[in-house]
Amino acid sequence: MSTRLANGGRLIDRSKVKNFTFNGKKMKGFEGDTLASALLGEGQTLVGRSFKYHRPRGIIASGAEEPNALVNMGEGGRFEPNQRVTTTELFDGLTAGSQNHWPSLEFDVGVVNNYVARWLPAGFYYKTFMFPRAGWKHVFEPIVRQSAGLGKAPDAETFDADRYEHYYHHTDILVIGGGVAGLAAALAAAKSGKKVMLIEQTNHWGGRAPVDGGTIDGKSPTEWVDAAVAELDAMDNVTLRTRTMGAGVYDHGYVTGYERVADHTPGDGRPRHRLWRIRAGKIVTATGAIERPLSFAGNDIPGVMLAGAVRDYIVNWGVSAGDRVVVVTNNDDAYRTALAVKAAGLDVPAIIDARPNGGGALADAAREAGIRVENGKAIGMVKGGKSVTGVTLCAQQGEGGTLEEIKCDAVAMSGGWSPVVHLWSHCGGKLNWDEANAMFRPDASRPPLGAKGEGFVIPAGSADGEFDLGAVLENAVKAGLAAAGEGKMAAPKGEAEAEAPMTPVWIMPQGAGPKKRMKMWLDYQNDVKVSDVQLAAREGYESVEHTKRYTTLGMATDQGKISNINGLAVLSDALGQPIPSTGTTTFRPPYTPISMGSIAGEARAEIFQPIRRTPMHEWHEEAGAYMEPVGHWRRPYCYPKQGESHEDAVYREVLNTRENLGLLDASTLGKLIVRGPDAGKFMDMMYTNMMSNLAVGKCRYGLMCSENGFLSDDGVVARIDEDTWLCHTTSGGADRIHGWMEEWLQTEWWDWKVYVANVTEQLAQVAVVGPNARKVLEKLNAGVEGGMDLSAEALPFMQWRDGKIGEFDARAYRISFSGELSYEIAVPASQGRAFWDALIEAGEEFGVMPYGTECLHIMRAEKGFIMIGDETDGTVIPQDLGLNWAISKKKEDFLGKRAQLRSHMTDPERWKLVGLETLDGSVLPDGAYAQGEGVNENGQKVVIGRVTSTYYSPTLKKGIAMGLIKHGPDRMGEVISFPTVDGTNTVIKARICDPVFYDKDGEKQNV
Amino acid sequence: MLVLECPYCGVMADESDLHGGGEAHLKRFGPGSSDDDFETYLFMRKNPKGVHFERWRHVSGCGKWFHAARNTMTLEVYGTYSAQTYEPPQDIIDAVKAKHPEWEGYK
Repeated sequence: MSTRLANGGRLIDRSKVKNFTFNGKKMKGFEGDTLASALLGEGQTLVGRSFKYHRPRGIIASGAEEPNALVNMGEGGRFEPNQRVTTTELFDGLTAGSQNHWPSLEFDVGVVNNYVARWLPAGFYYKTFMFPRAGWKHVFEPIVRQSAGLGKAPDAETFDADRYEHYYHHTDILVIGGGVAGLAAALAAAKSGKKVMLIEQTNHWGGRAPVDGGTIDGKSPTEWVDAAVAELDAMDNVTLRTRTMGAGVYDHGYVTGYERVADHTPGDGRPRHRLWRIRAGKIVTATGAIERPLSFAGNDIPGVMLAGAVRDYIVNWGVSAGDRVVVVTNNDDAYRTALAVKAAGLDVPAIIDARPNGGGALADAAREAGIRVENGKAIGMVKGGKSVTGVTLCAQQGEGGTLEEIKCDAVAMSGGWSPVVHLWSHCGGKLNWDEANAMFRPDASRPPLGAKGEGFVIPAGSADGEFDLGAVLENAVKAGLAAAGEGKMAAPKGEAEAEAPMTPVWIMPQGAGPKKRMKMWLDYQNDVKVSDVQLAAREGYESVEHTKRYTTLGMATDQGKISNINGLAVLSDALGQPIPSTGTTTFRPPYTPISMGSIAGEARAEIFQPIRRTPMHEWHEEAGAYMEPVGHWRRPYCYPKQGESHEDAVYREVLNTRENLGLLDASTLGKLIVRGPDAGKFMDMMYTNMMSNLAVGKCRYGLMCSENGFLSDDGVVARIDEDTWLCHTTSGGADRIHGWMEEWLQTEWWDWKVYVANVTEQLAQVAVVGPNARKVLEKLNAGVEGGMDLSAEALPFMQWRDGKIGEFDARAYRISFSGELSYEIAVPASQGRAFWDALIEAGEEFGVMPYGTECLHIMRAEKGFIMIGDETDGTVIPQDLGLNWAISKKKEDFLGKRAQLRSHMTDPERWKLVGLETLDGSVLPDGAYAQGEGVNENGQKVVIGRVTSTYYSPTLKKGIAMGLIKHGPDRMGEVISFPTVDGTNTVIKARICDPVFYDKDGEKQNV
Repeated sequence: MLVLECPYCGVMADESDLHGGGEAHLKRFGPGSSDDDFETYLFMRKNPKGVHFERWRHVSGCGKWFHAARNTMTLEVYGTYSAQTYEPPQDIIDAVKAKHPEWEGYK
């Protein structure tokens, strides 16, 4: 059993006890502990159940590569699943719970999967798709659903209690990784005076060197690290950040850094995570290396750990993995673990070295320390269930016949080290296979390329495949100088024991039979075994990318940090090809999962995105308006009175506007000024209608199409003076249309003398609508000198005038989107609220009521006016909507003209706009499809059209709709069928009619 | 995330400040053109693995459209230049040819 040692632990402060709970059980650790070291210190070797087979699992690693030990962390607004205990700093009051088990960690029902593992082979999910449908519904779906997902999803109703932020940073050189290589590279780079940033994912500097030993410039690694950090800290051009992981490297030197600011101090008011968005000239990846497991039967039983991790726990946190630790290895480094275990006063029953000739100087040291060393041997299998009880010893060459059983309570394994090449590879850095060390390492001649075609990532230290302390430091200084592009610096002199060559061992023992191979875990988190990868190869999966997806090897949240190389090697062996021919899967950011909160940053709740407010916005809010989003605006949908439903409010607003007086805040309407000697020519290209011949003082409704011919926007255009037009666009469409005009002016007709200005927010606009519209405006004018003449004679329909209305500087347009007598009046935005207030006050005697967007929609539908986005969807041309009158036949060219001549656009079979009235007066469902006779070639019922707008008309007291119907305008009076999809299987019958339902002759608006 | 220099305002702009506009140096075909020419203008776009000429707009900056010559595979940028031209300037063509002597031209 793991335990806290009486002494040692360079990172912990035993005077500061931290209390925490695991599965409700109270436990203690020390300041400086990770949750992993604290759990091990409390003897908790069993921490979770595996994903597929629910096998008992323990902590295997000491860092970011941990695949097993994921827990549910925190409670309520701070609950989060799948947190790695090895990278979780312990704090007082931490609560954690194990995942993936029922009813309890110790007794789990799902473990039955372990015993039916034969029937859950690689590609199990895919194979279930081959079965009959009934098999899926009744057998497989329930199984898959039950086993799907890891951890518990946070409660949907709970709001994340923390805040997050983004931070932008520019630097000449970014060094990722604060081990001795990163520190040496940063020192070398910083001496140039260039801006350097050094980030380290853990809360301490120095990486593995203080654990692994040796000397640097004659000092202990810890002393050297402290001095290096102090030196860097004192330099003005250097930024240091711990708890900050290099998450991803992207194009042109863009890097995301993930800083875990307050994970260990929850609720202290600081943001929990900070996402650094860094732009770096050069990036040095000093990201170290990750140890690989060995594949022997039972290598997943709690107590089997990576040898480096066993050493880390002893040296860093004063925690032993067990009292009797068997070490199994194919390299010299694991001997350091044996020596560390021994030095801690614990027993090492044997070092099992798969190499026939064993190790070098470190092996001699182990023997001198009295440790039994077995060369050319292997573990046949690990004994135990929820914890290790022993191992069987066998020859590495052979099938695994037991030579001897060795009692132990922990196994430290090492299959060699793999450089962390992730960040090198994210943006395209290529790798070479290093046969001697059985690893992929960066190929310096094929780096990721930047904007100038230069390499912008430089690997350093063991991330570059160097493992000897002296070589690591030399390599790192070289990388730092290369990043700076200048300077000289002698590398610190690193000295450590020389190591004998390692020997690749992919399966242990070499000739293990199927029974053993079914218990050799490659990917612990996704439960992928040697036998699964071999099965995939037998079933024809040759590509490593396919095998990955079929077996799910490396697809878990750890992205196969410890498993990928072993998996590739097993696949290569099964395919009978060398490892480089198999290649690696793609390394994708982030390096380890980052929180969704950090990605969102500050963009949540009320500051998710900016809200645009009209000058009258506050009035609407005070009036209790029910608001709806329109682009970035919030517009009143309706103004419900006390106790009134939205529906009733809308109907009241319609009737009042038709009978008395309604006010609409139309400020959101886009307003673009087009001006210049060539403005008329330009307007004629932009709009389908002729705009150049519009007389000054007049208005014209216009359509804009894309070059594809599809209707894109509409609105009323006013000719202001000889050189100036004002274009109204749809609400929320102003920026898009402004951009559209700019695009043509800048990229196609750049020699035309025209400019476009978006004045949408400079003007407040109010639609004064209804039979009393003129009366209220004239009342404002009464008693004011020089008020505008608003009579039908002075300001006829579809004209505009500038002048004073009351005390306001107004531009009045006689235009109507409702069919009523209507003035749309623009005043400077600064006068908008006062103008609105004046209208409300003056309008009281005329029955004024504000109305919202839904009332606007109903009134325009009653009049058969189209709405961009309802009647159009990007595939509709003006001709479909019966708007041929608005398409100039005189103009040689306009945007969309050529496209509208294409055969499909002139096809008489196109669906065309008509009105629809139901036989029973009900309201057609929005988007309902009209069904024709017979079936199409796929056996589906023929569809002959669809509803584009549908409302209850309070004016006409019945449902009205518009729709696009095949041959529609030729079928007036015909009754067609709209099947419902609400499950009632009913069919609604509707008659095709004129889309203008109300005041067809326009008598009400033209008074 | 790319960085392109806006040739109008001189800003080294992040991709998030830019709006991509697809292939550059298209010739517009309007009324009177053949169906084939119009279809090519409207729909047929190059998608090279390698040297490409693109339109970009500095949308969160000066608002100007410009052209960029870059490599879609290596992400090398050979240069940016005004959108108000019918063909890439000679120095851009020279920069591409210097890196890719085998390059056959932008058309």
